[in-house]
Amino acid sequence: MDSLVSAASVIAAGLSIGLSAIGPGIGQGQAAGAAVEGIARQPEAENQIRGTLLLSLAFMEALTIYGLVVALSLLFANPFTS
Amino acid sequence: MYIFNLTNTPLSLSNGVEVGVHYYWDIGGISVHGQVFMVMWFVIFLLLGASLLGTSKLQRIPEGWQNFMESVLEFTQEIARNQLGESFYRPWVPFISTLFLFIFGCNWAGALIPWKLIELPEGELAAPTNDINTTIALALLVSIFYFFGGLRKKGLGYFKRYIQPTPILLPINILEDFTKPLSLSFRLFGNILADELTVSVLTILVPLFIPLPIMGLGIFASSVQALIFSTLAAAYIAEAVE
Repeated sequence: MDSLVSAASVIAAGLSIGLSAIGPGIGQGQAAGAAVEGIARQPEAENQIRGTLLLSLAFMEALTIYGLVVALSLLFANPFTS
Repeated sequence: MYIFNLTNTPLSLSNGVEVGVHYYWDIGGISVHGQVFMVMWFVIFLLLGASLLGTSKLQRIPEGWQNFMESVLEFTQEIARNQLGESFYRPWVPFISTLFLFIFGCNWAGALIPWKLIELPEGELAAPTNDINTTIALALLVSIFYFFGGLRKKGLGYFKRYIQPTPILLPINILEDFTKPLSLSFRLFGNILADELTVSVLTILVPLFIPLPIMGLGIFASSVQALIFSTLAAAYIAEAVE
């Protein structure tokens, strides 16, 4: 593997997972905060809110996972190295 | 033959963490990932055995294993009903339930059973869903089924939904058919592989006790992923047959 390509790939892999964690982190925090607020207002709806929250958290987490897939493919299946 | 072989070049980090090392079987000129098949068949036999055991002695008042299987079925029926609605959900229950149980079984089989005890010539046994070929196959199945459902329900009128609400959205609507299986498969694959990588890296760093909470989180996350996959499959089908 060309050393420049490998260095660039490693940096890119780190950046891709790090940057893709920012947005979903903010989103998940907001969602969880809103869910807690909802439960505090209506404790009897807790189960329903929890289910919806988990589902939407997993959707947001998927975005980070895409970054992770990019990072993994850069590390383990880099198309720029023959 | 792989549609997209992500982990083709083997690489091992420090000692023991291996990604992309497979135990290849040559079947009719096609080399397949044997370790995935073994665990998959194990899960399939487990599920078959559980359902045979649950339905062998049917009673009016369920007891023991039958009781358990009925509550499992009710749970998976609920997934389909929530997305597809009371009047449509019945014919889709087998598909959605199978997806949920299979993915759930695969994820938990990878997490709970100490596969390391069984030595393979190459690679190691793990959750079948940490191979992208498995998850892409499952996601393509979902695509085929929602096309099938929509075409059966509406005939060629199904394609009218591509120009709704306006014809301007046609390219985006077509693109959506490709992004759906892509995001479905990547979500499941990434989550399971990330979980297993985290656990194995942590185990190399600290072999005792410290990885336990991460393992617990992984077990929880993998069951949520099974739920997500089947819920999304039901939602896509609902969108097509609506």
